[in-house]
This record gives sequence, C-alpha cells and structure tokens, in this order.
Amino acid sequence: MSAKGANDKGRIETVEEHPLDHILRQDRLPHIWCPGCGLGSAMTCYAQAIERVDIPLKKQVLLSGIGCTGRIAGYVKVDSYHTTHGRAIPFATGLKIANPELCVTVFSGDGDLFAIGGNHFLHAARRNIDINVICVNNFNYGMTGGQQGPTTPVEARTTTTRYGNFEHPLNLPHLAAALGAVYVSRWTTLHCRHLEKSMEKALQKRGFTFIEIICPCPVGFGRPNKLGEGLEELRYYREKSVIKNDASWDEMVLHMRGEEPIVVGDFVDTERPTYLDLEEQMLRAKGLIK
Amino acid sequence: MKAVLTGRHFMLGDIACAEGALAAGCDFFGGYPITPATETAERMALRLPQVGGHYIQMEDEIASLAAVLGASCAGAKSMTATSGPGFSLMQENIGLGIVTETPCVIVNVQRGGPSTGLPTLAGQADMMQAQWGSHGDYEAIAYVPNSCQEMFDLTIKAFNAAERYRQPVFVMADEIIGHMTERVVIPGPKKIKLVSRKRPKRKKNYLPFKPDKDLIPPMALAGEGYAIHVTGLTHDSRGYPVIDEETQHEMVTRLIEKIRRHAPEIWEFEEVMTEDADIVVVSYGAASRSAGRAVNIARKDGIKAGLMRLITVWPFPEKRIKELAESAKVFVVPEINMGQISREVERFASGRVLSVTHAGGGMLSPEAVLQKIKEVTK
Repeated sequence: MSAKGANDKGRIETVEEHPLDHILRQDRLPHIWCPGCGLGSAMTCYAQAIERVDIPLKKQVLLSGIGCTGRIAGYVKVDSYHTTHGRAIPFATGLKIANPELCVTVFSGDGDLFAIGGNHFLHAARRNIDINVICVNNFNYGMTGGQQGPTTPVEARTTTTRYGNFEHPLNLPHLAAALGAVYVSRWTTLHCRHLEKSMEKALQKRGFTFIEIICPCPVGFGRPNKLGEGLEELRYYREKSVIKNDASWDEMVLHMRGEEPIVVGDFVDTERPTYLDLEEQMLRAKGLIK
Repeated sequence: MKAVLTGRHFMLGDIACAEGALAAGCDFFGGYPITPATETAERMALRLPQVGGHYIQMEDEIASLAAVLGASCAGAKSMTATSGPGFSLMQENIGLGIVTETPCVIVNVQRGGPSTGLPTLAGQADMMQAQWGSHGDYEAIAYVPNSCQEMFDLTIKAFNAAERYRQPVFVMADEIIGHMTERVVIPGPKKIKLVSRKRPKRKKNYLPFKPDKDLIPPMALAGEGYAIHVTGLTHDSRGYPVIDEETQHEMVTRLIEKIRRHAPEIWEFEEVMTEDADIVVVSYGAASRSAGRAVNIARKDGIKAGLMRLITVWPFPEKRIKELAESAKVFVVPEINMGQISREVERFASGRVLSVTHAGGGMLSPEAVLQKIKEVTK
C-alpha cells in the first residue's frame, strides 16, 4: 500500500511500500475506523513491537473480542482470533496452555474486557496466565454508537447517559495491579514511542501483563463531551498527560474533564510464577514430569 | 500412567466418560464443577497430568468453552463436561465453535430443569437445546449414551466426529447414566479407532475456510506460520469477515450441508424386534432402558412391539423413522422430558406418535411405557 511520509530532508513524499506492509493484511485495508480514532496508532505500535522483539512472527497470536478494537485482530497478519464478546481472554488461556510456545496477546476494548468480560480478566490475572492484555480505553461503546461503559467517567455524556453518567468508572491499572499483573502501564495514543516500548516489554515479559491505551473517540466520546474532534482530543492528551511511574492508585483515576491530569507511565514491573510455571513445578515434584 | 486403561472395570458413568476422552487422545479439559457432571472434571484433573495433558478449572462455563475452543485452535483435543445451567451458559461459544469450525467435545450430564432445577436428579430436557440452543442455523451432532460402557464408547465417537466434521459435538448423557456404576470394558489402544482433523497439505495458497469436496476445510493451527484469521463474523474462504447476503448464504449453507450430507454415516441407532412391529417405541439414554423392558413384556403378552434406540439424536435419523412408519401403526416415545424428541419423530411418522413424558427427577418406569403400549392396542 502506498503511503505518504516525510523524507530525511523533511519533504513529504509518496512511497510505494509502507515499512509495516508485511505485518498488515493489505487485502483488508482500508480499516473501518472513524477519522480521528486512535486505533490506527495503537495497531501500528503493536505491529512495530512484534516486529522488533526477538520472537518469530509465526509464534505471535493476536486475539480480540467484539467492538471497534476487536477489529485489530483482523488487520494484523499473524494468527488471529476474533472471538465472542468478552471472551478473548479465556480463549487465549486455552490457546496458551495448549501451546506454551505461543506469544499470546489479547487486544480489545474497555467494554469488551471490563464489562461483559470483566470476570475473565480478573481470573486470568489472578492465575498469572502468561498472556498480554492490551485495552484500548475510549470511555464508551464505540461500535454501537457511543453508549456508557465501565470506564465512562462520572458525569460524562453518552447516548445512554443523557443527563450525565451516574456510575463510578473502573480504574484499570489499579485493578490489574491489585489482581497481580506482573506488568502494568498506561499511555495515550499520542505517546507512540512509550507505548511501543511498553508493548515490547509486555511481549517479552513472562506472566500476565496489562497495558491501557487512552484513545480518542471523536464520535462517541469527544464530541458529546466537548473534547473536540480527533486532533483536539490529542491536544487535550498532550496538555493533560503527566508521566508518573510511581503514581498512587488515586492519581490513576481518570476524570477526563477540567484540569484533572491524565497520569500515564510504567506502573508495575515485577515477577511472579505463572500458571504453567506452578503446574510444571508441582507435577515435577510428584514425578509426573521427568 | 497410561491413557488407555485396558481391562474390565466396575466404573461410574461420569468416570467412564473421562476415560473414553483420554482413550480418544483428549489432552485438554477446561471446566467448571457442576452436579451431576463433576466426577468427569475430577477424573480429568487427576488423569490428564498423568498423560501429559492439561486440566484447568475456569471461572464459569462461558470461560470453560472459550478455553476449550482456544486449546483446540492450538492443536489440542479438548473437551468440557457440564449440566443444564452450564450448558445454557455455553450456548454462545457453541455458535463460535460451529462457525469457526473448531473441533471439541461438550458433555452434558442432564439434570432436571428449567433453571437450577434438580441438581442431583435426572432429566433429558436439554435435547432440543442441543440442536437449537445457540442462535442462528446449524446442525448439531449429539450422542446419547444409555450405559456406562457407552459413556466410554460414545465419548470416543464424539471426539472422532468432532475431528472429522470440525465442529463441537455433544454427548447428551443424563444423571442416571452419569451416576450409575456398571461394567466397562476398555479395549487395547490399538483396537480403538481414532480420527484426527484434516490438516492443510501445503502452505501456498491455503485458504483456511475453503472446503474440500466433502465440504470440510483442512484446519491450520495457531503458530504454524499460516497467519490465519478466524472470526465469529460471517466470513469467506479466506476467513475474512464479509457482511453481505451472498457470503452468509454460502457459509451457512455449507456448514449445514457439511453435516446433512454426512448424516447417513453419523446416524447410529439400535433396533430390537422392529421387523414386524406394529408399535415402535423410540427412546434414548436412561429412558431407553425402561423402554426396552416394556417392549419385552409387551412381546410376552403377544403385542407386536419393537424398540428403536437412538444413539445419535442429532442429526436426527429421519430416514429410518420414515421407513419404519411405512409398516408401524404407531410410535411411542418415552423420554424424561415433556415430549421433545417425540415432536421430531412426529415430523417423520405422519403424526402417529404418542408421547410418554416425565418431568424429571427420576427414572421413567417400564410400567408407564407398557401402559401406553397397551392403551394403543385396545
């Protein structure tokens, strides 16, 4: 696919091949996402990360549930499974246990992973299944047209919270860390380099990792909440984001309004035996593995 | 420890089911404890690590079937075992298994329903759910054991059918058979016929959902370098989502024809004294044991009764029912539900069907069947 980009002299030129062409399913592009959506950036970061890490592409498996983010699995040219709504994590659990050589990543949205699929997130993190969960958080159900979800901030307007959201949202990094995730980070889609580095780290990390990506959704969230169109939402991220790796749980709460900051960073990086580590260790002790 | 415990055993039905799975090469079980299927999970938790497989207890039955499908996509022969409430939770992922053509086995040791119903007591009221439970059109394959031996034998057959036709296959047992202990003979491993899913022969030009002439596409696994895309959306032969009427028609028609065309080789039933029968009793699972006794008593009383015992309920062996309907005067269908499969018999027997119902919670008695047979002969 031809692409436009700046050459080393800073001039814009059209090239015949994009450097990530071989990682994307050319025959499925263009994608379905709205102008101003951050999913393209999130997908690019993942594509770059899987190319850079020292794991063969054929061992990379990408899974997703249902929703806008759920479509990422269909665009990246690795073994990919677009499962039922909320169930990508248990599907990935079976896949990983049946073939531990696979590098398994679940890429899905906030509604998919934390409303309908919330219970599975809880238990996969608790078990420390060696998979990576990347959540694109756009604060609403985008695919169905901008309804309230489990991360919609208090007071935010959506098509199902016409008088403002009465619910408290989840604090995703706090939740992941409390459940025992070995790596937890949060970036916005504006923090491409940081995000890609975090993905590289997660892909290579043994255990359950979690990355939250704050993503503009101009149609479903930005416009009704007066954050503006795509570019304005990114500007908002630039102005409000604060990198704070040692942030407290309270500081990680996202208000997405007023002067409240968007705290991003690498929040957790630790070690804990995985489900398969413990299984092997105990079966070996019983003489069932020689 | 061996995967196949060759020899004669006095074995619980649920355990015979687990041993059948192991004999079939099952190496992944994802499940959630539920009465009266728990013993199958417990047995698998004990036995799978002995043969190099994995048992994982998931957080619910939705996750159980999702994990089972995921494991199958990575190449495992995978299964789960549940009962009514769990089977209800699995319905959505059954559809995913059908549409992504992912082989696996789902055992339902039926109890009394609806809802929590009778956890410890028998029922056969999920028979229609096995065919119609998940949304959309599909053709189910369901085996119904009526003995502990068949818990073993039919679990193997279910795995073979799942691998052969690439779809989830059901073993629709019931609490009576699952919690009964009987003699089970396990043959030597070489005597057990096993089937493995069709695999792509070459990488070039491989299309993951392009079927061969038998309508079944070869299956590539995750991690083999095919970079396949598998989706629950309506998809074309590349596996890519295509949201239109033509693709929907092509996909759904093939998935249904894949089973209908092979139905004659899937159908299994057993007949006793049906050759000259005026009254054909059609039954399955636990109820068929009472039905068999009733037929024997009726014969002694000079009534020309016969038994057709269904071993596969889905796809429904309609051809044989039609043939029997040519000479039989009436069909009697005893089952531990309020008349589910009797409706199916009715469709192919020109309406001459009498149902013997039982709401669940116990065994349908031979007397109840006999009484119906005698009513007919009056």
